[in-house]
Amino acid sequence: MRPMTITEKILARHAGSKEVTPGDLINAKVDIALGNDITAPIAIHEFRKAGAKKVFNRNKVVLVPDHFTPNKDIKSATQCKVLKDFAIEQRLSHYYEGGDVGVEHALLPEKGVVVPGDLVIGADSHTCTYGALGAFSTGVGSTDLAYAMITGELWFKVPESIKFIFNGKLNKWVSGKDLILHIIGDIGVDGALYKAMEFAGQAIERLSIESRMAMCNMAIEAGAKSGIIAPDAITKAYVEKRAERRFRFYSSDLEANYSEIREYDCKRIEPKVALPHLPENTRNVAEVGNISIDQVVIGSCTNGRLEDLEVAARVLKGKKVARHVRLIVIPATPFVYGEAMKKGYFDIFLKAGAVISPPTCGPCLGGHMGILAAGERAVATTNRNFIGRMGDSKSEVYLANPAVAAASAVKGRIAHPDEVVGRK
Amino acid sequence: MKFKGRVWKFGKDIDTDRIIPARYLNTSEPAELAKHCMEDEDPVFSSRVKPGDILVAEKNFGCGSSREHAPIAIKACGISCVIAKSFARIFYRNSFNMGLAILESDEAVDATQEGDILEVDMDSGEILNVTRGLRFKARPVPPFMQELIRAGGLIESIKKKGAI
Ligand code: SF4
Repeated sequence: MRPMTITEKILARHAGSKEVTPGDLINAKVDIALGNDITAPIAIHEFRKAGAKKVFNRNKVVLVPDHFTPNKDIKSATQCKVLKDFAIEQRLSHYYEGGDVGVEHALLPEKGVVVPGDLVIGADSHTCTYGALGAFSTGVGSTDLAYAMITGELWFKVPESIKFIFNGKLNKWVSGKDLILHIIGDIGVDGALYKAMEFAGQAIERLSIESRMAMCNMAIEAGAKSGIIAPDAITKAYVEKRAERRFRFYSSDLEANYSEIREYDCKRIEPKVALPHLPENTRNVAEVGNISIDQVVIGSCTNGRLEDLEVAARVLKGKKVARHVRLIVIPATPFVYGEAMKKGYFDIFLKAGAVISPPTCGPCLGGHMGILAAGERAVATTNRNFIGRMGDSKSEVYLANPAVAAASAVKGRIAHPDEVVGRK
Repeated sequence: MKFKGRVWKFGKDIDTDRIIPARYLNTSEPAELAKHCMEDEDPVFSSRVKPGDILVAEKNFGCGSSREHAPIAIKACGISCVIAKSFARIFYRNSFNMGLAILESDEAVDATQEGDILEVDMDSGEILNVTRGLRFKARPVPPFMQELIRAGGLIESIKKKGAI
């Protein structure tokens, strides 16, 4: 049999074939089909239009109203109700609302709904996050979601893979977010168009699941179809206690084919920031100069997990947010929220002058809970800094890791964590 | 399928937030979305665009989110066809699934200016720039995608297979 990448193996397995080759068009079974309050209403409409009566499997269709929740206005409430009514009618086992809902791509791995070896599709572009567990997962549109909800299958073109190898150890304050920003700065926002990004190397092998998720999350920001990391002992420790279903570890064959292999030396990677208005406009934080800011957002499916809040708390401990800066902390899920509270992070945030929001996508997509006015600037731990992404089309978003975001909140300008920690 | 219309030209990496800002995604009503199409890029676009007009853009059009609201908004504001140097993956897929005509051609994009009149033949992939008297051939649409279009989109294709 020809050697295959982890991505090819998972796709072959779900297509019921022994092997697949990049470029093949396949029909594959999906393990999870996901929609949110923005994309699912269209999918549900298509589902009904097609005359379908029942979803293919009530345990495998997942609805997470997380974008405009808690419902920000009547229109969003109406959209959320479409999901709720459908979830009740179809007796979906994975539907969340109120104090159970969190940002989808943080919630599903945490609950063990997605597991290693899965093929996951979601009508949300950041569905690629689950590659961090060793699953093939990719974002699709609402019509694709409708098709999968009905048939349990979807067509895919087997992507070529690019391998990114990170050698050596991470520098202080560098996280998965910085590694992925480094890659996007290197290859550009369409540098991996239609491809699977596979992350490997010593630094990845030591990386926490949270940081791995931040990396795979932003694969789409390089145009990729998916991001993936071979599961290992760290993955096992994370999924073992959560997995709802049996999981399966795949890995790439040594002789597997890649369209490209890129190697990076972690010694040379410093904390990064992506300047407006594209994630590829990356610079070292130390090099951006004096950029004053109005708001800092720590949260989202990229960096709203416990590790992210822990780092932010470490930077903010005993500090105050600069005058005229709004710091908004958004734990990504109810679990993260509870843990952050128990561990005392909330005290640190509140004393620093932060606003703590319930789990939601909120300002990440300019929805609510912290919208920018014209001329305002934000540092955010989110994944997109497109024009108007967080508010007015004349506002600006700078993407960074949680340590940089927290340090910037204290300084009132984009700042390196070293400028804040250990000094008065 | 043939289209003839006036060109609106945009740059590279036009993301889905520029096509339809997320702040308007609390609805999926096509007419409502059409009102805000391209708003942050060109505030007058949605009020001036005429049925049949053609959108031309540089590389990586539609990057960013998976929102089908993007092709819906473009279609609902009257655009008949989008020609770009390349499309982001999910946007490409969504356009076929919901029946927005899209074509890829580097040459046609380079040679076309805002306001030109184009004639597009979707079946042959021929693009005629009427204003400049130039002819181009778009990259062929993969056979699988052509089948999807013939079936009337993805959902119609399920019915044809008798899966419901
Ligand atoms: S947190 Fe932001 S990027 Fe993630 S799913 Fe929500 S809106 Fe999308």
